[in-house]
Amino acid sequence: MKLTGSEILIECLKCEGVKTIFALPGGVVLKIFDMLHQQKDIEVILTRHEQGAGHMAEGYAKATGKAGVCLVTSGPGMTNVITALADAYMDSVPLVCFSGQVSTSLIGNDAFQEADNIGLSRPCTKYNFLVKDVNDLAITIKEAFYIATTGRPGPVLVDIPKDVSMDKGEFTYPNSVAIRGYNPTYEGNKWQIKQAAEAIMKAKKPILYVGGGVVFSEASKELLELAEMAQIPVDMTLMGLGAFPGEHPQSMGMMGMHGTYCANMAVHYSDLVIAVGARFDDRVTGKVAEFCPYAKVIHIDIDPTSIRKNIHVDIPIVGDCKTVLRELNQILRATVNGDQKELRKPWWDQIREWQQAHPLAYEQDPEGAIKPQYVVKRLYELTKDRDPIISTDVGQHQMWTAQYFKLAKPNRWLTSGGLGTMGFGFPAAMGAQAAFRNRLVLCVAGDGSVQMNMQEMATAVVSKLPVKVIILNNRFHGMVRQWQDLFYEGRYASSYLDTTPDFVKLAEAYGAVGLRANKVGDLDAVLKEAIATDKPVVVDVPTYPYENCYPMIPAGGCNHEMILEDPPELKRRMAGAPSTTGSSEDKDRILTA
Amino acid sequence: MEHIISVTVENKFGVLSRVAGLFSGRGFNIESLSVAPTLDPSMSQMTIVTSGDDRIVEQIVKQLNKLIDVIKVVDLNESEFVSRETALIKVHTKSEDRAEALRIADIFRANVIDSTSSTYTIEVTGDPKKIEAVINLLQPLGIKELIRTGRVAIAREAIRPAISQPKKVARE
Repeated sequence: MKLTGSEILIECLKCEGVKTIFALPGGVVLKIFDMLHQQKDIEVILTRHEQGAGHMAEGYAKATGKAGVCLVTSGPGMTNVITALADAYMDSVPLVCFSGQVSTSLIGNDAFQEADNIGLSRPCTKYNFLVKDVNDLAITIKEAFYIATTGRPGPVLVDIPKDVSMDKGEFTYPNSVAIRGYNPTYEGNKWQIKQAAEAIMKAKKPILYVGGGVVFSEASKELLELAEMAQIPVDMTLMGLGAFPGEHPQSMGMMGMHGTYCANMAVHYSDLVIAVGARFDDRVTGKVAEFCPYAKVIHIDIDPTSIRKNIHVDIPIVGDCKTVLRELNQILRATVNGDQKELRKPWWDQIREWQQAHPLAYEQDPEGAIKPQYVVKRLYELTKDRDPIISTDVGQHQMWTAQYFKLAKPNRWLTSGGLGTMGFGFPAAMGAQAAFRNRLVLCVAGDGSVQMNMQEMATAVVSKLPVKVIILNNRFHGMVRQWQDLFYEGRYASSYLDTTPDFVKLAEAYGAVGLRANKVGDLDAVLKEAIATDKPVVVDVPTYPYENCYPMIPAGGCNHEMILEDPPELKRRMAGAPSTTGSSEDKDRILTA
Repeated sequence: MEHIISVTVENKFGVLSRVAGLFSGRGFNIESLSVAPTLDPSMSQMTIVTSGDDRIVEQIVKQLNKLIDVIKVVDLNESEFVSRETALIKVHTKSEDRAEALRIADIFRANVIDSTSSTYTIEVTGDPKKIEAVINLLQPLGIKELIRTGRVAIAREAIRPAISQPKKVARE
């Protein structure tokens, strides 16, 4: 059957089971959009900026576990989507991005809206293709989905010149692909797994260090079995949240720079670190040379380059988390007995002691300014029965959400970890909402970061994606302000946002619902109203501007040396600060500090 | 420490830039790189000379393997190998130096492959030390231009023990 390139693309997407794509048109992709317009199987969500399309596809992928798909035009369309590709690459999100390209005869001539899409995306994609012949299109798309979703997932770009989208070619969708240079290892080495099982049996102070790999390989069940059977406490990375139930008594919560006191102490003093689907990022290890100094390290990861990249590993196991954990559990099931519980009693006593010594804490004065942690806590308590999906941007609000919003299951947590992309949360929430129209999808954002993709409010309204955006509005780039208070003597260089827009009016201008909670007493009612509204909602919550996020391991510090509260010198400096910003005297103080 | 890494890749456009981009993006060194098709024209063979401690070289090998267009990676330093490099050296030769230039070429078994009234172009092949030596000797005469290929290397066949097992052909 002869079809045009555009039709082939659509048929391929159908074969891959794609129901929704996030897209923004332009000159060289008009034919593709024209064909999309004439079919009903694939929904096209028109975004207002290509970065939004990329992040929506990421949100879709993280919530469903399937590849997200976006379609952008050449030149600026491509450069705009780069941030999302880089974000997906860092966080191993399966993504297939189709970009338009000028006609093959014009490539290299500096044609209108031409960019070297392959060159631009090479360092931030798992792989990329330029399709020069319409007859290669179907096999290329098959390979793109295969590469994006297997092994360590990642973004793949398919660059389609205008003439390829219009030419006619023979269409058959291949059933399978074989790429001789790409054979991800799923089965772990059996001998190594046996070594790991023996180490686990013997360990007195083991700890599981769990990353996003567990979420993507759908290994939560196996992880839970391992943790319970062998009585091991579980630390999660930012990306790993949800892989293990947050309310489970063995959950230590998040580890790393803003992780819980207990999680960081436990990993520091453990004698066996079992890293599963994690990559020893610097935000987790702190000072690498002194990370888990007393421990033997088992590292299970599908990506061989992750192993021994940052720290020495004693028992490396290259393989899929789910497959490896299953095998490990099988060995342990046969050997584990009551002895481990006895052996590890002192360890658990120690852990409970750490938990009690420094739990996550903040003070909320019922008459005072609203504390950001309180907002997240209330949001959690009001929504937890509805199994919500929650996204965040990047900064203080992200860390507070990670700390206080306990996730029971995987694929509910959409956040930008590796790249730390502000502006990620809002479109990512919309992507998840597009996948699950009837679920409750929340986005906790900061007043700084939400403005980085605010334009997508129009998409939310037009495409009927009723996400609930809760803005913790402190009128600062809060994390920058926190570092300036801690390490730059309180000089707020370019962190004060001065006049943020009136988010309520802004939401209304877009046709969404805008709400605001000014007092502690108003918060619950406002959040409840937002949750009950079947439209996109922006909830603006002015919060105490000088709240700092603790615990904190200063960059390059050791995991057991956390800052747990404002240092005395900072407390002295802040003594006279008003509890809200915006007054003229406070502005003077900020700008002259 | 210097390592020579032999990389078999898909012979298609853009592969060289993926490999080169990997090295520059991750801050690895490339001292030389040479590439040409193999017997099977769908593949190319690269010889990359790089340096770094064990951890870095391990990462280089792993990262190369991770590239989808890379089919096989061998760190030649893990076994015996032989390596060669060719240089083409164009030497200024005043009439009184011409005999000296030929003598130097002769000592190193280098060939004169082109000649004008004022220059010789000398081709020399060998390990880097030999090439350095030729260059050093020719330099006083005046080197006008110098082109080096970068090294190519190949693993030596595994040497079988003297008391051989009943005939069993090695898998190579």
